[in-house]
Amino acid sequence: MATIKVGMADLNVCKAPDMITTLGLGSCIGIAVYDPVTKVGGLAHIMLPDSTQMRNNSNIAKFADTGIEELIKRVTAAGANKRRLVAKIAGGAKMFQVSGLSTVGNVGERNAQASRAKLKQLGIPLLAEDTGLNYGRTVELYPETGEFRIKAVGKSIKSI
Amino acid sequence: MAKFSLDQVNEMYFDVLKEIGNIGAGNATTAISNMLNLKVNMEVPKVEFLTFQELPTAISAEEETVVGIYLEVESDIGGSMMFLLKMESAHYLVNHLMGRPDDYAEEFDEMDLSAIKEIGNIISGSYLSALSSMTNMVITSSVPYLAIDMAAAILSVPAIQFGQYGDNALLIQTEFGDEVKIQGFFILMPDVDSYDKILTSLGIAL
Repeated sequence: MATIKVGMADLNVCKAPDMITTLGLGSCIGIAVYDPVTKVGGLAHIMLPDSTQMRNNSNIAKFADTGIEELIKRVTAAGANKRRLVAKIAGGAKMFQVSGLSTVGNVGERNAQASRAKLKQLGIPLLAEDTGLNYGRTVELYPETGEFRIKAVGKSIKSI
Repeated sequence: MAKFSLDQVNEMYFDVLKEIGNIGAGNATTAISNMLNLKVNMEVPKVEFLTFQELPTAISAEEETVVGIYLEVESDIGGSMMFLLKMESAHYLVNHLMGRPDDYAEEFDEMDLSAIKEIGNIISGSYLSALSSMTNMVITSSVPYLAIDMAAAILSVPAIQFGQYGDNALLIQTEFGDEVKIQGFFILMPDVDSYDKILTSLGIAL
């Protein structure tokens, strides 16, 4: 079983029995999608909610809207059926308890909202999520079972 | 819309940031040595221009626990700054401050956390006052916010700030200490308009 690693503002696909992971999500979101029949999945690590709000938006994996679109394109090209795709998301933490509505204060929440909205728009059911709060998360997607494993400092491993 | 894009950073700008890093880290070291009553020497800071792929591992492995202190930067310029410490450096500083043996490594208690915030506050304040005197601008900062978590998760905060106008981030690494070397990392995140202001006040044409 190989492990595929996804970096920040990056995405990739994965076929069972391999596993795909991204380490230390903070306010960013890890969006996992998979087809339970062909056991093809993918993971995107997005940083910002909306590419249309940015002048510099050439890196499509950086944004929830363009990142999720590209992720779906890539997993279907790798053998997933779009109609069977389901999603799970994690991350979007508020790492520092900054008061007010600064970027740092609410970008995690906005990332989560934008991810949910984009999945809904594409008709991909969001089966589970572990978002918000104030801690970092490492996530692992196992396309064999669809298990989305979440690890955090000082907490037991969670499976959604 | 600001003219500045971090992706077009030029050599002169890089030198300026390095110089600010130098003076800021120098001030910070003096502040720390006074606070701890220690003789500390400082190495020349290293300024690195990193992509998002490189940033999460710039300090340690992605999942290694590190200390991050975050402050909002206010007044003439806007933005934020972060100071990061490796765990062993944080323990060393806190132990010195609390008069404990060097090898004490229990989990931080409330007092320790306040002490770390204060260290971050002093270090960041010294850095910002260097920037302030070089640019002749009034630069103040918010109270310090603290997070102790995975390096990549903490670094997602500056990455997102930089991500709004480019695909790179600037990291200033400083090393100081006597027998034990303390490794600290600064990340200054001016908002887009403030970059222009900083450079203009330093007499650098874009």
